[in-house]
Amino acid sequence: MFKGDFIQNLPKIYGTYTGGFLVFIILMALAEQAGVSAKNIGVMFVAFTVLIYALIGYLSRTIQVDAYYVAGRQVPTVFNGMATAADWMSGASFVALAGGVYFGGYTYMAFLVGWTGGYVLVATLMAPYLRKFGCYTVPDFIGTRYGGNLVRACAVFVLFIASFTYVTAQINATGTIASRALGIPFEAGVWVGLISILICSMLGGMRAVTWTQVAQYIVLIIAYLIPVFWISSNVGGGIFPHLMLGDEVARLGELEQQFGLVKNSAADMKAAGVPGGLKYISGTHSGVPEGGMAVWKYLSLAICMMVGTASLPHILMRYFTTPTVRAARKSVAWSLFFIFLLYSSAPMLATLSKLALMDPNLPTGIIGKSISEVQSIEWVQRWSEVKQVFIADFNGDGILQLNEWFMRGDVVVLATPEVAGLPFVISGLVFAGGMAAAMSTADGLVLAISNALSHDIYYKIINPKAETSKRLLVARVLLVIIGAAGAYIASFRLTSILGSVAWAFDFAMSGLFFPLVLGVWWKRATREGAIAGIIAGIVSGTVYLTWVFPKFSVPLWGGVNTPFLGIDHLRFGLIGAPICLVVMVVVSLMTKEPSAATQKLVDDTRIPTGKAILGKQH
Amino acid sequence: MSNKDAYWNKTKNHMIVTLVLWAFFSLVIFMFGSELNTMSFLGYPLAYYMTAQGSLLAFVIILFWTANKQEKIDEEHGFSEREDD
Repeated sequence: MFKGDFIQNLPKIYGTYTGGFLVFIILMALAEQAGVSAKNIGVMFVAFTVLIYALIGYLSRTIQVDAYYVAGRQVPTVFNGMATAADWMSGASFVALAGGVYFGGYTYMAFLVGWTGGYVLVATLMAPYLRKFGCYTVPDFIGTRYGGNLVRACAVFVLFIASFTYVTAQINATGTIASRALGIPFEAGVWVGLISILICSMLGGMRAVTWTQVAQYIVLIIAYLIPVFWISSNVGGGIFPHLMLGDEVARLGELEQQFGLVKNSAADMKAAGVPGGLKYISGTHSGVPEGGMAVWKYLSLAICMMVGTASLPHILMRYFTTPTVRAARKSVAWSLFFIFLLYSSAPMLATLSKLALMDPNLPTGIIGKSISEVQSIEWVQRWSEVKQVFIADFNGDGILQLNEWFMRGDVVVLATPEVAGLPFVISGLVFAGGMAAAMSTADGLVLAISNALSHDIYYKIINPKAETSKRLLVARVLLVIIGAAGAYIASFRLTSILGSVAWAFDFAMSGLFFPLVLGVWWKRATREGAIAGIIAGIVSGTVYLTWVFPKFSVPLWGGVNTPFLGIDHLRFGLIGAPICLVVMVVVSLMTKEPSAATQKLVDDTRIPTGKAILGKQH
Repeated sequence: MSNKDAYWNKTKNHMIVTLVLWAFFSLVIFMFGSELNTMSFLGYPLAYYMTAQGSLLAFVIILFWTANKQEKIDEEHGFSEREDD
C-alpha cells in the first residue's frame, strides 16, 4: 500500500485510518460498559495507537537520501500541514496550554498569539525560499548561502542548543504520559517513550516521521476536541463553545468579584505544605491588566514566541518536503489552520473547567463549599493522592475559598472530563492524544538534530566522499544517540535545569532568525557578517539568560538581578536577536561584497521556477 | 527594469503589506487591550476574544490570502510552477 500511487491514495488511507480510530473509541466505550477497568482502557489506548505509529514507521523505511532527509519532496500541501501541526503541538501544548490559560488568563494568552502569529513570518520570509533552495537541513541553507564550514558549524551549534532544550521536555512528557497510562514508573516510561519515538523515525527518517505525524495529528485533534464539545454541552455551555461562551466568561468575572482574588503569601503556602508546581487562581480570567509594563510584557512575550517560531529548525524543515515552492506557501497556511483548531479550543476548555469548579450553582462547583464535603469527592481524592491537587484552609473557616484550592495546570486537561462526568473512555482518549502530541514533536526534534549532525557535520565537513549507505547509517546511529541522551537527562529529572520550553524559541531567534532572513532578503550579507552575527547573538542571549535567571545568576553573578526593561528569562531572545542583527549588518558592510556567484544564487532563490540551488540528491 | 527585478519588487511590497497586517493583529491591537476590552464581540470582551481566538483566525486568513496573492504575482511574471512540477 506504500508503493506507487501511495500519494494519490493518501486521502483514502488516512480516511480509513480515522474511521478505524473512531471505531476503536466506540469499542473501548463498549468495553467500559462491559466492565473493563479504567486502567486497562488507558493501556489499550496508548498501546494501540503507538503500535499503529510503529507500523507506519516500519512501512516507510527507506535507503534513499532524499527520502530520508526530505521525504522525497512529495508530501501534499494539506498533509504536510497536518504533519507540521503535530510536529508543532507538543505534549506541553496538549496538556499544559489550557492549564496555562486557566491560571494565567489574558496575560498567558500572549503565548497563543505568539505561537500562531509566527507562521506569518515563516510564510512570508522563509519557507518558500528555503524550499526553492533545495536544502536538506537549515544549516545546509546557511552553509551554502554564506559558504564555508565555519558558518555551517555555527548554525548547527545554534540548532543543537535550541532543539535539545526542547526535546528533553518532550521526552519527559512522553515518559509522564506513558507511566500514567501504563501504570509503570516514570523512569521506565521515559525509555518506553524513547523506543516508540525511535521506531517511528529510525528506519525511514523524514519520510517515516511525516506519515506518522499525520496519523498522530488525527489522534491528537480528535482527543482534544471531543472532550471540549462534550464538556461544553454537559455544563450548559452550548454545543459550539467557541462561539457561545460569552455569558460564561462574564459569569467568571462575577464569580471572581464574589469570591475575591486573593494573593497568598509565600510563607503561608510553605506553612500549609502546598506541593511544588501547584497553582491557585489569583488573576482575572478575561480582564486586561492595567499599565504600560503589563502591555510591554504581553507584547514582548508575543514577539519572542513569533520570531522564535520562524527560526525553529524542526518546523522550517517540514517545508522542505513539499513538491513545489507554491505548495510550501499553501502548506504554511494549512499548518496554521490545523494548529488553530486546537489552540482556539484551549481557552474554551479553560473557561469551562474554571466555571465547573467555581460556579456554586453547578453540581460540580467546589469553591464556597465546606472543605470536608469537597474532600469526599472521588476525583478530588484520586488527584490529591498523587499530589496534583491540594487544599489549604488558610483562614480556618472550614469553607473552601478560591485562594485555598491548588491544582497542577495539567489537571485541567487530564481531569476535567472526569469532573464534568464524562465516561473514562474519554480520559483514555486524552492519554492517547497527549502521547501522540509529545511523540510527534520529539520525533521532529530528534530528527532535526541528528540530520544536522549527519548531513552538515559528518557529510559536508568531515567526510564529503561518504557513500549513501554510510551516510544513512551515521544518520541513524546519531538519531539513537541523541534520543538516548535526551531520555537519559529526562529520566534523571534534570529537565528543571534546562528551564522552560520558551528558551528554545529564544535561543533559535538569537542565533538563526536574522542569518536566515537576511540570507534571502539582503544580498549584501556576507559570510563574515553571518558568522559574527550568529556568535554575537547566541552568546549575548545566553549570557543575559544566566544573568537574569536566578538559578544561574546566584552562582555565576553572585546575586539576583532585576530584569532589564522587564526582559526576563522567557524573553532573552529580545537581547540576542537585535545584537545578532546589528553585528551582522555592521560586519557585512565592513567586509567585501559577496561574489557574483553568490548574488546569482540569491537571485535564483527568490524565484519559484527553475532548478533548485542544491541538487535533488546532494 | 528586468522582469526578475519587477517580480521581486512586487514580492517585496506584498511581503510588507502582509507584515503590516500581521503586526496589526499580533501587536497593535494588544497595545490597546484595556480599551478594547470595554467593547464586546459575540458576548466576549473584545481584547479577550482577540487573544483567545480572533487574532489566531486572522493569521489563518492572512496566510491563505497571502499565498493566493503571491501565486498571482508569480503568474503575472511567468514564474508560475507547472502543476506536475
